[in-house]
Amino acid sequence: MTSLTIKDLHVSVETDDGARPILRGVDLTISSGETHALMGPNGSGKSTLAYAVAGHPRYDVTSGSITLDGVDVLEMSIDERARAGLFLAMQYPVEVPGVSVTNFLRTAATAVRGEAPKVRHWVKEVRETMDQLSMDPAFAERNVNEGFSGGEKKRSELLQLELLRPTIAILDEIDSGLDVDALKVVSDGINRVRATGETGVMLITHYTRILRYVKPDQVHVFAGGRIVERGGPELAEALEAEGYERYVGRDLASAGAN
Amino acid sequence: MTSDVPAVDRSERTRSLDPADFAIPLGREEEWRFTPIGQLRDLLTDDLDAPSGSGSVSLDVKAPNDVKVERVSHRDGRRDARLGAVGLPGDRVAALAFAGSDTATILTVPQDTQLDEPVVIRAHGNGTPGADFGHLLLHVEALSSAVVVLDHVGSATYADNLEIKVGDQGHLTVVTLLDWDVDAVHLSAHHIEVGRDARVVHVVVSLGGEVVRVTPEVTFAGPGGDVELLGLFFTDPGQHHEHRIFVDHSEPHCRSNVNYRGALIGERAHSVWIGDVLIRAGAVGTETYEINRNLLLSDGPRADSVPNLEIETGDVASAGHASVTGRLDDDQLFYLMARGIPEMEARRLVVTGFFAELRDRIGVPFVTDRLKSALETELERASAS
Repeated sequence: MTSLTIKDLHVSVETDDGARPILRGVDLTISSGETHALMGPNGSGKSTLAYAVAGHPRYDVTSGSITLDGVDVLEMSIDERARAGLFLAMQYPVEVPGVSVTNFLRTAATAVRGEAPKVRHWVKEVRETMDQLSMDPAFAERNVNEGFSGGEKKRSELLQLELLRPTIAILDEIDSGLDVDALKVVSDGINRVRATGETGVMLITHYTRILRYVKPDQVHVFAGGRIVERGGPELAEALEAEGYERYVGRDLASAGAN
Repeated sequence: MTSDVPAVDRSERTRSLDPADFAIPLGREEEWRFTPIGQLRDLLTDDLDAPSGSGSVSLDVKAPNDVKVERVSHRDGRRDARLGAVGLPGDRVAALAFAGSDTATILTVPQDTQLDEPVVIRAHGNGTPGADFGHLLLHVEALSSAVVVLDHVGSATYADNLEIKVGDQGHLTVVTLLDWDVDAVHLSAHHIEVGRDARVVHVVVSLGGEVVRVTPEVTFAGPGGDVELLGLFFTDPGQHHEHRIFVDHSEPHCRSNVNYRGALIGERAHSVWIGDVLIRAGAVGTETYEINRNLLLSDGPRADSVPNLEIETGDVASAGHASVTGRLDDDQLFYLMARGIPEMEARRLVVTGFFAELRDRIGVPFVTDRLKSALETELERASAS
């Protein structure tokens, strides 16, 4: 079992007006095999947490720690973190012109697995995974995220998740912009990954809708740059009924996060 | 990046076979202001009495049997009437090259001939000091189609004229690959005449050399012509790669598309792209678009990029231009690295991708493969430095 441990994490983001603090002491532990939902209003700092774990250079960890089975993640470069087993499905996947999905997937799989996958197995593996995600085979020949619809981008992130088999996966608003059919396809993909028991999933979401399909073990409410409440699935149901008002009033006013 | 309007309309420029009709460039003239005049060596000679080349550059022509290959004497009084018919030199160095080349090579693809193999012409410089000159005429007659690759390797101080004539409904892809050694200087004037309903894909790939300056000029001999001018360059430290395009739309319903992409790295890497497009009063229904994109891979390089579109008719189908120079996109690198791909490999993927669209549009497997390996070599050299 692998655990990602975040302790008293403070993160600032670089802006034109200088560094702006976003995260104000986040404590969170997630282990492979578990599913956590991180819920909170827009601007509460959920995506900042995701980017800080992945190592985006625009986010500056000012104090606190992130460790993976005790190893300091903050000392690792972006690619080292991915090879160590961390995965971030991005809310806004980036277009990479001129680089085909096929080429990208194979390069990434080679890097993460430490050796090039055998061609015959690999082709089959990619084809079957795409098929499960209801993706047209022609998709593989397109350039990474270029001209993809919102739903295609999210399926593409799921495809990478399934092929790269991380130990800890952070899915940043994987549900946003999806219609119900696409949401089911994506949720099925997440559930396949969960069923392996080898991946810890942190679902970052604003809405409770996806939690009807992907049942979390733990729910964390995020507001004002930190976790303000923790509970089981029943907490998500309460949020569905009541919304975030009682957290927003308490924390967002002072945070001004985004 | 610079952006200004040329002082003199390019179509109004002096054209002559006599180098003495052009002053020696000082570097302040519009058409020379970006060029490192001090590095042009013997190409700036003031001795114009019977100029003659050093013989350092040899041409090796491999052509299918259908192609007629002639070497014609090219001295005053004995000049073959076909030479200079497509375009006359528009600057001193081109005029010097015209006067100084002892023989010209003329390749003719006869009417209604479809070549199934590319013509490959290899210019090799053996490094002999002194300027050498060349002259090549490619004539693709009506209804014919051909692919021609002009490869340049070795070391030389070289100036040449390339005349390209494509007859009615002809189809030519011509790729100029400039893979010179790092000490080569090459100034190359291209004159391209596009026949009625003909299509020309003109590609310049600048990789090597100390100074490389290519000036493709396009004219149309009838309506319906279609020209694509594609360029790829990879400019290393200390290199000067200059591409000056002029498309002269004088005929109705023609199309031109100019697309140049370059990557630059290191100190004193300098690229220049000038895109002059003129749409004359009679050229109604013209479609034209030109774009230059440059990728700066480090601190130190300089990319000058000047699109210039002049429209003299009110009836244009479409006309546009763009110029974009920027660094590698951090978010693209982040995305790739967040999937475990090491930084160097991520950079290579992004740069290769940057060129891929153009590379694949050339549509000649022989050239695409050569280009792939040439870019790999450039990228390896860049990541090693």
